[in-house]
This record gives sequence, structure tokens and C-alpha cells, in this order.
Amino acid sequence: MEAALFFLAAVGALGGAVGVIAMRNPFFSVLALIVHLFALAVLFLLLTAAFVAAAQVVVYAGAVMVLYVFVVAYVGGGGESAWEPIPGQRLLAPLIGIALFVELSIAVLSSALLALGTEGPEVEPGFGDPAAIGTLLLEKFLLPFEASSILLLLAAVGAVVLAGRRREDGGAVTSTGHSAPEARPEGVTAPPSPGASL
Amino acid sequence: MNVEWFIVLSALLFCTGAVGILIRRSPLVILLCLELMLNAGNLALVAFSRMVGNQEGQVFAIVVMVVAACEVVVGLGLIVAIFRRKLPLDIDDLRELRG
Repeated sequence: MEAALFFLAAVGALGGAVGVIAMRNPFFSVLALIVHLFALAVLFLLLTAAFVAAAQVVVYAGAVMVLYVFVVAYVGGGGESAWEPIPGQRLLAPLIGIALFVELSIAVLSSALLALGTEGPEVEPGFGDPAAIGTLLLEKFLLPFEASSILLLLAAVGAVVLAGRRREDGGAVTSTGHSAPEARPEGVTAPPSPGASL
Repeated sequence: MNVEWFIVLSALLFCTGAVGILIRRSPLVILLCLELMLNAGNLALVAFSRMVGNQEGQVFAIVVMVVAACEVVVGLGLIVAIFRRKLPLDIDDLRELRG
């Protein structure tokens, strides 16, 4: 039963991953990634990581992918040019990928970690549930926890600064290299305030 | 299931993501492939945490998830900014910084 579930989820995860890189339309790539994330959540459950699986589905497959879908809908999925800056790049890349996989497999399978061939030790029923992870996060890993919250805040502010609508954008695009303030359309006379760039 | 299987699957997923980064042009799909690679790393972390019988690897995986979310937010912000400036969304056309 467990093995069947593993192979089912593994096929789903691998199929999703191949779908991401094979689909022409970025929208379908995002959908393939969602399939991949759900299959990965099943794998996490098999590894008795219930909280990580739940976070994967809620945060990743839910919130982050919605962000992707919005941006794909906004930008639109254009076809990619067939031009290759490095000759034979599309042929060479899978070969490099296979070489990397062979190398990683040799490294894993010939390692001296004897426990690799087992299912791992018996664990108590509460292994990996939200209470256990929360206790670890708030007691042993409090500093990384707070650091990641600051990182999230920085990323949110950074994204607003990067993607926010700037007043001078309209003028700068139509008149290239001519971005003097008096050349702006509809006569923006107010001096640039610190909040104007947000 | 032995932990080995999970580790080999994670290596396979990582290589798929790496190949995707090498063959695709669109920055959006390249971000998706980065997600694939980060998730493969997550799977390895959780598998090793199961192998040791210790939950700290799962905390690591959650921190990786946070970092991946930040990377997505900043990357998508960059893509929207590139699109607003009417620049081509193709990494081979955006090569001015390549020296």
C-alpha cells in the first residue's frame, strides 16, 4: 500500500516536473507545477511530515501559485524564439542533466550512510505534526524564525518598489533618453516626494 | 519505503529543474524551474529528517519554503517591471549585464 502510494506520487511529481519544462504555454507550466506540488505533499505525508505537507498545499499550491497565475495572465505567454545563442544548447542540456543525475545517484547510493537503506527509526505518533514543529520553531529555532519573518517583510517591500507604478514611466518609455522632469506628460509639477516612487 | 527511494527521486526532480533552466528562455518558466529545484531539496531534507528520526530537518524545509516564497515575490516583481518597460521577456535578449 505504502509502496503503491509512493510510486503513484513519484510518477505525479515527475510528470508535473517534466510538464513544467515541456509546456509551451507558461500557464500550463504553472498548472503542471501545481500537480507536482500536490504529489510532493503526498510524499511528505509518507515521510510523516504532516505539517510540511499541509504548508506545501496551503502556502505553495495555494498562495504562491495564485501569484504566478496572476502574473502569467498579466504578462501573457508568448512563444519562445528558436534561436540558440550556444549551438546545440537544447540537445546538450538534457545530456548534462542526465550526467548530473548519474553523478548524484552514485553519490547517494555509494555513501556510507547505512540508514539510507532502511525506513528510518520508529517514531512516536506526534512526529512532524504542527505542535511538534511549532515547539521547535518557537524554542530551538526562534532566531531563524524571526529572521525569516524579516526576510518576508523585505521581499514584500522590495516587490512593491520593483513592480509599483512609477509616475515617470509613461514619459520615459515614449521619449527614450529624454527623461527631464519638464518633459513629463500632463505637466506633473509637484516635486518628487519620498512616497512617489512607491 | 526506504529512504533511498526518496533521495533518488529528489535527485531526479532536481535534474529536471536544472535541465529546464538550461533549455527555457522565458523568465517565468525559469522561476518555475527554480521552484522545482528548491522543492527537490525540500524532499531530500524531509527524507533525511525521517532517516535520522529528528524533526529539525522539517523545520529546515519550512525555512526553505519561506525563502522560495520571497524569491518568487521578488522575481515576479522583476518580471512585471520588465514587462512595464516594454522590454522583451526573453533572457537572451536581456543580456546587457552579462559583461
